[in-house]
Amino acid sequence: MEAALSLFVRAVFIENLALAFFLGMCTFLAVSKRIETAIGLGAAVIVVMVITVPVNNLLYQYLLQPGALAWLGSPDADMSFLGLISYIGVIAAMVQVLEMVLDRYFPALYHALGIFLPLITVNCAILGASLFMVERDYGFTESVVFGVGGGVGWALAIVALAGIREKLKYSDVPDGLQGLGITFITVGLMSLGFMAFSGIQL
Amino acid sequence: MASTSSKVVLDPLVDNNPITLQVLGICSALAVTTTLLNAIIMSLALTAVTACSNGAVSLIRHHTPSAIRIIVQMTIIASLVIVVDQILQAYAYETSKKLSVFVGLIITNCIVLGRAEAFASKNPVGLSVLDGLGNGLGYSVILLIVGAVRELFGSGSLLGMPVLPLTTDGGWYQSNGLLLLPPSAFFIIGFIIWGVRTWKRDQVEPAEHQIHAVHRQEVV
Repeated sequence: MEAALSLFVRAVFIENLALAFFLGMCTFLAVSKRIETAIGLGAAVIVVMVITVPVNNLLYQYLLQPGALAWLGSPDADMSFLGLISYIGVIAAMVQVLEMVLDRYFPALYHALGIFLPLITVNCAILGASLFMVERDYGFTESVVFGVGGGVGWALAIVALAGIREKLKYSDVPDGLQGLGITFITVGLMSLGFMAFSGIQL
Repeated sequence: MASTSSKVVLDPLVDNNPITLQVLGICSALAVTTTLLNAIIMSLALTAVTACSNGAVSLIRHHTPSAIRIIVQMTIIASLVIVVDQILQAYAYETSKKLSVFVGLIITNCIVLGRAEAFASKNPVGLSVLDGLGNGLGYSVILLIVGAVRELFGSGSLLGMPVLPLTTDGGWYQSNGLLLLPPSAFFIIGFIIWGVRTWKRDQVEPAEHQIHAVHRQEVV
């Protein structure tokens, strides 16, 4: 339990996917102009990550890792080179399924998320979380916790940035920095702030 | 024809740069630039993938039903990235360890999918390959600048060769540790954007909210 909690805190704050690993930056910068849309996208990312990281974990453990195909009678088979294409396939399929389920059972939420759901397929935070899960050899429980933590951390970062950008439009920014430039520098300062967590030992 | 081709290759370098103007493919631009060598390898990998995927997507553009085109494009890109990943693991194992997940993340790098979708699915093969090459180079330019700045001032060396003698080795240069940390990449790209937009005035985004109307009018 304690291990799971510390993994969660680490995924949310210390190893924040957006601010420490720069994952999902394209959407992070593009969809952070207003707080409402940022919250919607953040929620969608949490949901997709909670589903895909554990699913990819099972896929890796029982089909792809070296020796995983022993039950088929080929204990030496190493399918891990197929990892990338399988993970992205799982993510694309999950997003599609989620879209259909939401449309059928939770139409309100479906309309609130709108365009963001399909966009999530190409959000590198999702694929990145799956790849980190494989690289760090997480078990199934750990991968669930990591999925939740990573998603929450990313959502937190994008909502915070949207909050700052809403206030930012009232400040007098030099012409060349207007828009994208000042956003980069803001994110840099946020990332600097999040580095304060890096001293925490768990 | 010749002028179109050169325009397609040269435009993304400054005038329509994928990172500073189209806001594509930023994740890896920030993460792998702590040393120049990493930046070079990442640039080569991405340029190769973009050019090949653009070519492949353009080659089958008349046969792909539009409903499933994204999945088809994803599959092509993912296969190319697997090839690049395997090559790196075979010939540059140390670097591929350092780049860790970021080679895999070329799949979701928006430059690749963005160019496949916006350009290659509508244009002939030759032009599409050139467009992929141009955008890959535009990405590489920014990556190399950021990588060079971070390695030179962060650890006083370039490509592992000491350039500025560090105080720890008896030299005069006190290394700037901030440049090796994530936030510095944001600042450097922010300043590059500022520089480019001061040079190319037409890239400046209009302010969302007018503050000093008088001052603005004087400037504009």
